[in-house]
Amino acid sequence: MSSLSASRDSVAELAAPRTPATDWAVKVDNLVMTYRTTVEKKPTLKRTLVRLGRRKRIVRTIEAVRDVSFEVPHGSVFGIIGVNGAGKSTLMRTVAGILPPTSGRVEVHGRVSTLLALGVGFKGNLTGRDNVVLGGLAAGLTREKLAAKYDEIAEFAELGDFMDLPMRTYSSGMYGRLAFSVAVNMDPDILLIDEALSVGDARFKQKSFDKMRELCDEARTIVIVSHALKTVRELCDEVLWLHKGEVAMRGDPDSVIESFKEFLDVRESDAADEDV
Amino acid sequence: MTSYADRADRSEFAGEVHVYEPHRIGLPPIGAYLRQLWRRREFAFELARTNLRSAHYNTVFGQLWLVLNPLLLGLVYFALVEIIGRGDRGIDFLAHLLLALFAFRLVSTSVRQGARSVVGGGRLILNTAFPRTLLPLSSVLTSFMLFLPTLAVYAVVHVMADLPVTPEILWAVPIVALLVVFAAGMSMLVATVQVYFRDLSNFLPYALRIWLYSSPILYYAAQVPEKFKPVLLVNPLYPLLTSLGDAVNFGREPRPALLLAGLAWAVGAFVVGGLFFISREREFAVRL
Repeated sequence: MSSLSASRDSVAELAAPRTPATDWAVKVDNLVMTYRTTVEKKPTLKRTLVRLGRRKRIVRTIEAVRDVSFEVPHGSVFGIIGVNGAGKSTLMRTVAGILPPTSGRVEVHGRVSTLLALGVGFKGNLTGRDNVVLGGLAAGLTREKLAAKYDEIAEFAELGDFMDLPMRTYSSGMYGRLAFSVAVNMDPDILLIDEALSVGDARFKQKSFDKMRELCDEARTIVIVSHALKTVRELCDEVLWLHKGEVAMRGDPDSVIESFKEFLDVRESDAADEDV
Repeated sequence: MTSYADRADRSEFAGEVHVYEPHRIGLPPIGAYLRQLWRRREFAFELARTNLRSAHYNTVFGQLWLVLNPLLLGLVYFALVEIIGRGDRGIDFLAHLLLALFAFRLVSTSVRQGARSVVGGGRLILNTAFPRTLLPLSSVLTSFMLFLPTLAVYAVVHVMADLPVTPEILWAVPIVALLVVFAAGMSMLVATVQVYFRDLSNFLPYALRIWLYSSPILYYAAQVPEKFKPVLLVNPLYPLLTSLGDAVNFGREPRPALLLAGLAWAVGAFVVGGLFFISREREFAVRL
């Protein structure tokens, strides 16, 4: 899409061209992520007091990622696959800087744009437009840049008048389309996508697929977490298979996906247990 | 969130570098954190503005309501005090009541909105890395924007009551600033606690109401009986509200001891609330 590169402002043009100081965009060293979380859906003081009386604790420690290392070269598409609960999303949040590592180190070179599970639209009573602006400002974009990008975002999402309606009126497909559009149009050096390739209808799926291809061609880096193995195989240059927080396998998409599929077939009956 | 590494702002053209490493003492590097906070201040302003807009405060009747609502509330309390009391209060007492009530609402609205700020920011927190303090601070901004029009209401009553206008009235500026700082500290504190105890917002209205009644709003501080004096002295709002009343209602210089106490409460609340929030904020993403 030539309109994209044409509309990019000159500062971004200079910033974007990716004259990388390193060969890799993302480098993860011996990353360990453990966190404590409560089993309760809604933690309340009342229940805490009741529990204290019974001397019961319900905080669980979760070892989500155990000693994972990898690096993602500039301009490549890196896929992360694995069964549910393998630690993929936690790993992505660490790369995005949302969760700090328990130990190890993550280095990211470039402006990151994220599309992690939920995406844009944190206030349902605000319009799509407000949410896009707020999300962009929180992500560190300037007002000028947001104003310049806004039309592109709205157009790509194909929401039309809905942009000025509260987001609670959106269908889930519209939600997903807007979230995807914001993430890819923020002019990122590195795009982190967690299971969002399945938004919208078949046509939008194709459109988002093309958009990602286009980003790759512009030498941007993409890290994808997905269960859609076919898409992963088509898009990715390299795939990492994460199992119970550890690297089970890493290599070219075909061989990793084959092994993963075999593993799934073998443990088909157990696989359901992983759906926690 | 060690992305706020110094290297990140070295050069715009070299792209950005983020390094994420474990936090040692539970706090990210404060200097870098504050820089990042400052750089994204626009977000807090925009969120405050958008929240007001979504509450229709950009319309004529919305703005009228901004003025009417606090005025009606003040009149209700005035009537209440008149009924319970001997009915000998004049308009100068109404001026005291309105001023103290509006100042109190500046704090209580910050606290109430702040409690919801982090829990209500779920998607954004799960998706984007940014200094989370922006959320409760934005609540304080919202509250301050709601406070400004009430000053006009007060000004009218001030003139009607024929109260003095002296240079001492300018003390109101630093005192309101201290109230805002105090409100910010409290807002960050309750925002954090709310993440761990979601029923806090159920208790909060009661706590705020008791706080309102135990503050010198519906009465003058000087009227408080001896046996309730200790309650007044431990109330963080007592020194600030009294100083504000002295400066604005009576046009006299606030007592230095009270100003210092107010300063101590404001700075104390801000530092404690801020550090508590920042030390916990990296956990929010797994707690929401």
